[in-house]
Amino acid sequence: MMWELIGIYVAIISLIIGAIFTMVGAIGMLKLDNPMSRLHAPTKVGTVGIGALLLASMIHSWVTADGSFNELLIMAFLFVTAPISANFIAKVYLHTNEDKTLPKPPRDDTWSTLNVPAADRDLIED
Amino acid sequence: MSLATDILNWVLIATFIVVAFSQIMAMLRLVKGPTVGDRILALDTMVVNALGIIVLLGMWYGIGIYFEVTLLVAMLGFVSTVAYAKFVLRGDVIE
Repeated sequence: MMWELIGIYVAIISLIIGAIFTMVGAIGMLKLDNPMSRLHAPTKVGTVGIGALLLASMIHSWVTADGSFNELLIMAFLFVTAPISANFIAKVYLHTNEDKTLPKPPRDDTWSTLNVPAADRDLIED
Repeated sequence: MSLATDILNWVLIATFIVVAFSQIMAMLRLVKGPTVGDRILALDTMVVNALGIIVLLGMWYGIGIYFEVTLLVAMLGFVSTVAYAKFVLRGDVIE
């Protein structure tokens, strides 16, 4: 009885944390003026926001039913894939930037994102 | 116990409203977004918010099947984000 009460209150706190972080991410994505700053805000939703909601769901399932660790799988998947998709979106920003003010890479001729394979060079020229 | 359950129900409803509002905000960025990257980012955020809504639905109804739905939507969202970004970057999804 005691532990069930504590579990429900922990679930409530996790829900509040998740709601706050989801709201902060959405407000940041709407209000910030720079594309790279806008990329920074929703990563909070993907990690802490959804992580707290999944934690609340897991604790709730332990309190009300048999309980399960299934949500850990979703959490792990999201934590692994969030940096990859953020990196891809950052590369899209870099590639579609109008004024190409990137610094020169230390070793290669150009950044691999902006590099066109030799077979496709004549397609770009047109 | 019943007081805690009541608070949990109210907090669940409040969280539903908050996540729905963030979904609407992400949709505004999707409509507004000056660049393509903003639109991809808004779609990615909308998928993540939809995950949150599905998790909350699972808590509300107490059904375990929503876990599979969440996992499937998470995988679809990641793959579609990477495919969009790759298409914008290289003009092709798989080179």
